[in-house]
Amino acid sequence: MSKNVNEVLFGPIFVNNPIGLQILGICSALAVTTKMSVALVMCIALTLVTAFSNLFISMIRNQIPSSIRIIVQMTIIASLVIVVDQILGAVAYDMSKQLTVFVGLIITNCIVMGRAEAFAMQNPPMISFLDGIGNGLGYSVVLMMVATIRELIGSGRLFGFEILPLVTNGGWYVPTGMMLLPPSAFFIIGLLIWALRSWKTEQVEEAEYEIGGHTALSRAM
Amino acid sequence: MSDPVKDKDSLKNILVVALGVCFVCAIIVSTAAVQLKPQRIANKALDRNKNILIAAGLYETGVTADAQIDTLFERFTVKVVDMQEQRYLSADEVAEVNIDPRTYDQRKAAKNPALSMALSDAQDVASISRRARYSVAYLLEQDGQVERIVLPIHGYGLWSTLYGFIALEGDGNTVAGITFYEHAETAGLGGEVDNPAWKALWQGKKIYIDDQVAFEVVKGNVDPTSAKGKYQVDALSGATLTSRGVQNMVSFWMGRDGFGPILKNLKG
Amino acid sequence: MFEYYLSLLLKAVFIENMALVFFLGMCTFIAISKKIETAIGLGIAVIVVQVITVPVNNIIFTYLLADGALAWAGLPDVDLSFLGYLSYIGVIAAIVQIMEMFLDKYVPALYNALGVFLPLITVNCAILGASLFMVNRDYNFSESVVYGVGAGIGWAIAIVALAGIREKLKYSDVPAGLRGLGITFITVGLMSLGFMSFGGISL
Repeated sequence: MSKNVNEVLFGPIFVNNPIGLQILGICSALAVTTKMSVALVMCIALTLVTAFSNLFISMIRNQIPSSIRIIVQMTIIASLVIVVDQILGAVAYDMSKQLTVFVGLIITNCIVMGRAEAFAMQNPPMISFLDGIGNGLGYSVVLMMVATIRELIGSGRLFGFEILPLVTNGGWYVPTGMMLLPPSAFFIIGLLIWALRSWKTEQVEEAEYEIGGHTALSRAM
Repeated sequence: MSDPVKDKDSLKNILVVALGVCFVCAIIVSTAAVQLKPQRIANKALDRNKNILIAAGLYETGVTADAQIDTLFERFTVKVVDMQEQRYLSADEVAEVNIDPRTYDQRKAAKNPALSMALSDAQDVASISRRARYSVAYLLEQDGQVERIVLPIHGYGLWSTLYGFIALEGDGNTVAGITFYEHAETAGLGGEVDNPAWKALWQGKKIYIDDQVAFEVVKGNVDPTSAKGKYQVDALSGATLTSRGVQNMVSFWMGRDGFGPILKNLKG
Repeated sequence: MFEYYLSLLLKAVFIENMALVFFLGMCTFIAISKKIETAIGLGIAVIVVQVITVPVNNIIFTYLLADGALAWAGLPDVDLSFLGYLSYIGVIAAIVQIMEMFLDKYVPALYNALGVFLPLITVNCAILGASLFMVNRDYNFSESVVYGVGAGIGWAIAIVALAGIREKLKYSDVPAGLRGLGITFITVGLMSLGFMSFGGISL
C-alpha cells in the first residue's frame, strides 16, 4: 500500500489533524502554549522525535517480535527524547527551564506512539519519516494557533515582542490574564475544533440521540 | 526456507532484538549525555550568575551581552555563610564541609536533614519549612570595601515558592536591586514581580531601623518623600498574597534567622 | 509535619490537579469519560498505578540514577540521571503489566470492563508526569508516596466528574461542530476554572 507523499505530509494538517480529529497529543498542547517561543520549541522537538522514531521503528519493523513490540517502541522513543532534552539543555538553557518536564512527556505523547503503531510498523522507512513530519506539522499548526491567541490576548506580545502596548508600560491594553491560565487553552481548542468542523463537515460526530420536537407544539400541530 | 513470521517471534530473535535495541540506544543516549553535560552545567552556572548580576544592577537584559557575564561575575567574591553560626566560613572550613560554592545547591541542601534545620512556626515567616545550614553570599569588593552584597532569598507566594536574589549596598541597609529567577505566580498579577518597573522601585530603599527589619510591601501608593516611605515599596496591584509573600521573604532573610547578623557586621 | 503532608496531598488533588491544571493524561481523559462506570474503573486503576510507580521511581532515582547516588556501590562520581526517562517509563510499563496480570487472575470483572484501556495507562502522561514532577521537585520517599496518592486521586476525581457531566450532556442540543470533542473541551475548561478556586486554600 504505497502512500502519496502529499497525502502523508499534508493530510495531518487539516484532514486528519492529530489533535483535532484523532484526539492525540493534547496534553502538551495546552500546557506550553502561553508563549509562542516555548510552543515553537515544543513543536520542533515533537516533530523531530516523531519523524525519527517513525524512521527507526520502520527500519526494524520486520524484526521486532510482537511480544516486546510496545516496549521496543517506547525504548526508541524515550532514547530520542533524552537526546533532544540533553541538546536543549546545552543549546537553549532558558527554553529548557520553561519547558521543564514537558519535553520528557513527549515520550507519552500519544501522537508519537500512535503513529509508530499505526503507520511505522506497516510502512517503509522514508514514507514513515514523512508521516512523522506530517503529523508533527499538524500538531504544530494547532499549537501555534493556540499560542498566538494566548500570548497576544493574554500578554499583548507575539514571540516576546510587544504588539499591544500594555498599561503597565504606559499603553492602553489591559492584558486578559485569563488567557494565560489553564482553562483558556481548553476553550480555545474547543472553539478551534468547532471552526475546523464547520469547515470540514465530514469530521462532525454523529448525534447519539435525535432531539425530539417540542412536545406541546407537536401536539398542537 | 524458514517461516519468517515464526522467526520473528522466536526466543532467539526476541533476545537479539531486545539486546540490540538496548545496546544501540544506550550508546546514543550516553554519548549525548556525556558530550553535552559540561555545556549544561556551564549554562546553569551562567544563568545563576546572570541573575546575581541582574540583582546587583550590573546586567541589563537586552543591553549587556551574554558573553560579558563571566567577566562581570569574576569581580565578585563568593563566600559561604554558616546560617547557624551566623558567620562566613574561611577557605579551610569550606573545604572541610566539602562545599563547592560554584555548584552548591541550597534548595537541595534544605531537604537534607544533615545539612539543614526545620523552622518552628514562629520562625517560618516565609513558609519555607526548612532552612539550609549553609548559604552563599556574593560580594563585590572595591579597594577592600564591600560595594555590593548579593544574597539568595526564597519564600512562598500564592501558588509557588519564589526564588531570587536581593542586592544590598556596602552599608548592608540600602537595597541596590532585586530579581526573582524562578516562580510560578499568576502571570499578569503576582507574575509582575518580574516587571522591571516594579523592581526599579526597590532601589535606594532601606531595610533596617536599629537592626530591626522595617521594610514593608504596602498597598496603595507609597509616598517616597515621607519618613516611612524609604522603607516601603508598592505592593503589586491585584496580587495581595504574592506581595505578602515577598514581604515575608524579605523579613525572614534580612532578619535574625536569615542574613541579619552578617549584614549587621557589614554595617559595623 | 502532618500538616505538611496534608497540604501536599490537597495540593496534588485539587490545586495542582494533574488533569485540570497540568493537562496530563488528556487523551484517555477525553476518550474514556463517556460512561461513569468505565471512568471510575480507570480512575481507580490510575490511583493504584500512581501509588506504586511514584515511590518506586523515587527509590530508583535516589539510589541508582541521581548524581552521586551510586556511592553505596563505591561509584560516587557517577551521574546517571540522564537515564531517568528510560527507567521511569520502563518501571511504569512493568507495573502496569503486572497489574494487568493481577486483575486478570483475581478481579476478572474489572479486567474485562477496562479492556484495552488498561495497557493504555502506560502511556498516560499523568503517570509519567507525576514521576517527572517528583524528580523535578526533589521529593523524598514519604513525600513521593503522598504525592503519588494525591496525583492519582486528583486525576480520578476529574475523570469521574467529567464522565458525570458528559452523561448529562448526551441529551443536550449541542451545535453540530461542537458535538462530542468540542463541547468536551469547553466543559473541561469550565471544570478547570472551577478547580482554580481551590488556590486560596492555605493550611
